[in-house]
Amino acid sequence: MSKKNKKPTATLPADATNGAATTVVESPTEPAVEVPPAASSTDATLPAKAPAPQVLEPLIYDLGSPGRVGVLLPALDVPEADLPKDLLRGDLDLPEVSELQVVRHFVKLSQLNFAIDKGFYPLGSCTMKYNPKLNEDTARLPGFAHLHPLTDDEGAQGALALMHQLQGWLGEISGFRHVSIAPAAGAQGEFAGILMIRKYHLERGDTKRTKILIPNSAHGTNPATVTMAGFTAVELPADVDGNVDLEALRAACDDTVAGMMITVPNTLGLFEAHILEVIQLVHDCGGLMYMDGANMNALMGVVKPGELGFDVMHYNLHKTFSTPHGGGGPGSGPVGVNEKLAPYLPGPIAAIIEEAATPEDAPLYGLVMPEKSIGRLKAFHGNFGMHVRAYTYIRIHGASGIQNITRHAVLNANYIRVNLQGEYTIPHNRYCGHEFVLEGHWEDVPDIHALDISKRLMDYGFHPPTNYFPLIVPEALMIEPTETEDKATLDTFISAMKQIAAEAKSDPDLLRTAPRTAPVTRLDEKRAAKELVLCCRPIPEWAE
Amino acid sequence: MKIPTDVKYTKNDEWVRIEGDTATIGISDFAQDALNDIVYLELPDVGAAIEQGKAFGVVESVKAASDLYMPIGGTVTEVNKPLVDEPETINTDPYGKGWMIKIKVKNAAEADSLMDSAAYEAFCADR
Repeated sequence: MSKKNKKPTATLPADATNGAATTVVESPTEPAVEVPPAASSTDATLPAKAPAPQVLEPLIYDLGSPGRVGVLLPALDVPEADLPKDLLRGDLDLPEVSELQVVRHFVKLSQLNFAIDKGFYPLGSCTMKYNPKLNEDTARLPGFAHLHPLTDDEGAQGALALMHQLQGWLGEISGFRHVSIAPAAGAQGEFAGILMIRKYHLERGDTKRTKILIPNSAHGTNPATVTMAGFTAVELPADVDGNVDLEALRAACDDTVAGMMITVPNTLGLFEAHILEVIQLVHDCGGLMYMDGANMNALMGVVKPGELGFDVMHYNLHKTFSTPHGGGGPGSGPVGVNEKLAPYLPGPIAAIIEEAATPEDAPLYGLVMPEKSIGRLKAFHGNFGMHVRAYTYIRIHGASGIQNITRHAVLNANYIRVNLQGEYTIPHNRYCGHEFVLEGHWEDVPDIHALDISKRLMDYGFHPPTNYFPLIVPEALMIEPTETEDKATLDTFISAMKQIAAEAKSDPDLLRTAPRTAPVTRLDEKRAAKELVLCCRPIPEWAE
Repeated sequence: MKIPTDVKYTKNDEWVRIEGDTATIGISDFAQDALNDIVYLELPDVGAAIEQGKAFGVVESVKAASDLYMPIGGTVTEVNKPLVDEPETINTDPYGKGWMIKIKVKNAAEADSLMDSAAYEAFCADR
């Protein structure tokens, strides 16, 4: 079979099925699926010998030897002086290693890790899309990378122009005219948004408003944000279709409601079918509407939250706009607002201080603090490196590209959902946004949990989906493929998920004991939560 | 799943055993099963007065952290200290050694809003 014509298969190293070979079954309509081996199977199409397990890397402390150094310093050209005795310490356990040892150590560690650059990463609610390498090139341009944050505005015109343009594009995408890119990440964007709502009401002398409404499908950060901002979170139930229960919302709306925080599409991946009515109800009682933009990858280029009637939202540049995260970070959580909240935006904000004299000239850019700003949330100008990456991403894709991103992300999620609905229970099984939630358990298979399915997926070479979130779905597995995966990858993932569903019934121990091929096999999560070892030296005896 | 008949239940899966003006509070077998292995428990101090429906503590498992809510209001008279050190007891004996707090009941009529075992069984089956 030529590589070109080969159908996608979920390849399982032989040791993951107790060292026995597997049988490949193909049907005309289905991608090839490997079924668990019969006891007598000797099919030789896959190696019967297990690949050597990956060896874990020792701690860097265990690699060196006394006196070894990584750098050669030039001969001393000043008189030698002793350090003060009270500053000398003999008890510091520092690694003594060569440069090559350091390089190999960290390269090996990075290879033990799973990353989007290594494989499919369908971690729901996280939008683990591929980060184009061009973003890294632009972020490393010396003019951006080496710019000192204390450089005066005149010396940083290029960076300020980029920030100003990014604010404008984010505003165009969301339908909000005013944007601040200062917040460091999503949770800080949320915090900024709720502080603005608070200040808006207080400035009007409206001090009764102490509650923020939050649907029960919300991200956990929403109630935390509300509490940190001094409000009380009031939880709203979902109706049978997974939308906000309008009757409950109606009952909760009164003059003590400062606003509502809602994620669209919600964390079930479902677009709120009554969103206009929800916004109207909250506005009618004097509250403001906050949109959590975590799921903007299902909206951008198609729906503008500002035009729906929202008053404020935050974006996650590290999700929707491809800047790296998941250990790579940092994040960036800009906020967009309408006219009502514009005076309260966190700063500083990039602005045109002086228009260009002629079309050939550039305007003069500077930084301003909005008149009644809630203040600074972050030193200097936010996470500028992320601004450069997000700018690059938007610049490269353009308006139609941005829309295509959303369309493909939604198509990919629905493709997986429909293909898995026979094997898995999918609550509220209707068209989803860029992600969907399924239940990782079966009535006729006792003691198999979502966690076991996730661990087994690792044997097939996939990063597990999000587990046990949202809380309103039992044994939830939240799957978000993103637009950056092709059909072959999705088919391989679907085939692995179907295979695991079959294994759960035929040989559930394969799931319970998974993963078998990862550098570290099943962890004792209970002990890991109770007996913390937070320091690599000295290691307590019981942890050896 | 165990659903004893001598206690009453909340929609948040706490149970309460009322004896005179004293009430003992814990979480149900359904709750401990859904939470999976419990690794951490936070309980209030003796003397704390907490209203019905307000949080009295936190339980954390390998899956999730959840607030614990008062089935009925009252003043805490006793806290199951050994349970804080061995919260896994909640998994093995949720209605016995896994009890969390005892309270002096403020208003016994509040118990009318709770479910009996039959109602709770139907409530769990529906989820």
